[in-house]
Amino acid sequence: MNQVEKMTDMIAKFIGHTAKKLPDDVIAKLEELRAKEDSPMAKVIYDTMFRNQELAVKLNRPSCQDTGVLQFWVKCGTKFPLIDDLEALLKEAVIKATFETPLRHNSVETFDEYNTGKNVGKGTPTVFWDIVPHSDKCEIYTYMAGGGCTLPGHAMVLMPGEGYEGVTKFVLDRMTTYGLNACPPLLVGVGVATSVETAALLSKKALMRPIGSHNPNERAAKMEKLLEDGINAIGIGPQGMGGKYTVMGVNIENTARHPSAIGVAVNVGCWSHRRGHIIFDKDLNCEVLSHSGVKF
Amino acid sequence: MSVEIRDGKKILVTPISAEDLKDIKIGDIVYLSGSLTTCRDVAHRRVVEEGREIPVDVRNNAILHAGPIIRPLENDKFEMVSVGPTTSMRMEKFEYDFVKITGVRVIVGKGGMKENTSNACKDFGCIHCVIPAGNAVVAAVCVEEIVKAEWRDLGMPETLWNCRVKEFGPLIVSIDAQGRNYFEEKKIEYNKRKDEQVAEISKQVGFIK
Repeated sequence: MNQVEKMTDMIAKFIGHTAKKLPDDVIAKLEELRAKEDSPMAKVIYDTMFRNQELAVKLNRPSCQDTGVLQFWVKCGTKFPLIDDLEALLKEAVIKATFETPLRHNSVETFDEYNTGKNVGKGTPTVFWDIVPHSDKCEIYTYMAGGGCTLPGHAMVLMPGEGYEGVTKFVLDRMTTYGLNACPPLLVGVGVATSVETAALLSKKALMRPIGSHNPNERAAKMEKLLEDGINAIGIGPQGMGGKYTVMGVNIENTARHPSAIGVAVNVGCWSHRRGHIIFDKDLNCEVLSHSGVKF
Repeated sequence: MSVEIRDGKKILVTPISAEDLKDIKIGDIVYLSGSLTTCRDVAHRRVVEEGREIPVDVRNNAILHAGPIIRPLENDKFEMVSVGPTTSMRMEKFEYDFVKITGVRVIVGKGGMKENTSNACKDFGCIHCVIPAGNAVVAAVCVEEIVKAEWRDLGMPETLWNCRVKEFGPLIVSIDAQGRNYFEEKKIEYNKRKDEQVAEISKQVGFIK
């Protein structure tokens, strides 16, 4: 087997694994939140969630039927030997995982409006590239962007006069309109930058950060905590049906901005936050950071 | 009688009548046994906008807003691998007419719906329930058999998968046959607390000075 085939196989297997088992940080957070809820309805919901995750592993099936459109955020070294093949092999890996796992067929060609039946299409899976100079490693975040938690996604450009108060309102408004239907407890990603696309990309990257991590900027970290506590205090709870905890966390990513604009975007991950994080070296030895106990 | 109590569980058994639903209230937890058909965006559009006859009889039965993962078996049979609800709100636009035309009694989905659906529930005797979403294996193991598959041209997620289910749930009633709407009532509380939180947080994020 050549190296391209080897990496394709490994990624396909890893994608399949992430469809069946949640990342360690998500499981730990859900256990914590489950213990803190005391209403009978919240308890029934959490009991169902944990029984489901057990059954998914036991029966070797995707834990949620919406296995999403696959998105990859790739931080690839310029010296990584398979850099030229990477985008094509990721697509091939998705097709392979779709039939082996199995995953749902979630690629509908736009305008022609037909489901390709392979879970890939024009521009899907999505690959976000970061090129890392002088490195021979390749770091990949995998993400299953499900329909339900993609719907609340929203970006806009605020006037500076609206300030971070405006950012607060923008995020919280989204929680009570769309967030409650997006399978809370949610992980909320917020991007603060200049324009819609810079903010939007940051809001997705924010969802790749581990739960419990903080923005290195002190004020941004403070705002993460304020938003987390504030959204929890709304009382949306698991499945939007009421409860003490609505979010697993709020992660903010930011860049500098144009003095005349505050670009802001929000992206959410559902409780079934199927994020994977894997790093390959030049010989395809790999380390999985998101999930313990993955074997290739 | 289409309502059974077993091991403390309230189980609706199809066919279900309007009478069977009259004592069920929002926030109740029930289960479903019998005929349940997956039915979502394009199927609703075909029935309501295109006026096509739905090829699975859902009258007095249940539909599920869902797009499952199916594994084909031999002899045109299928296995339900994973099935869970999708966002019901996408069907809101069509649901009043859909209930009127098809006579469906139980709609299962995810999240809330609005007036079109609550009016349909009240006018025609129907309920909307949510099954905790993302729990696709819990739901799939309640499917005893996929009886038939219609409108297959819509692809795996949108095909009408007609299932025989046993104690499918837990289903939390979000709209009852009196038209009360759990999510809409909750949203009033949520919005009030949201406004308070926006005001509170805004006092502490005046970073532009």
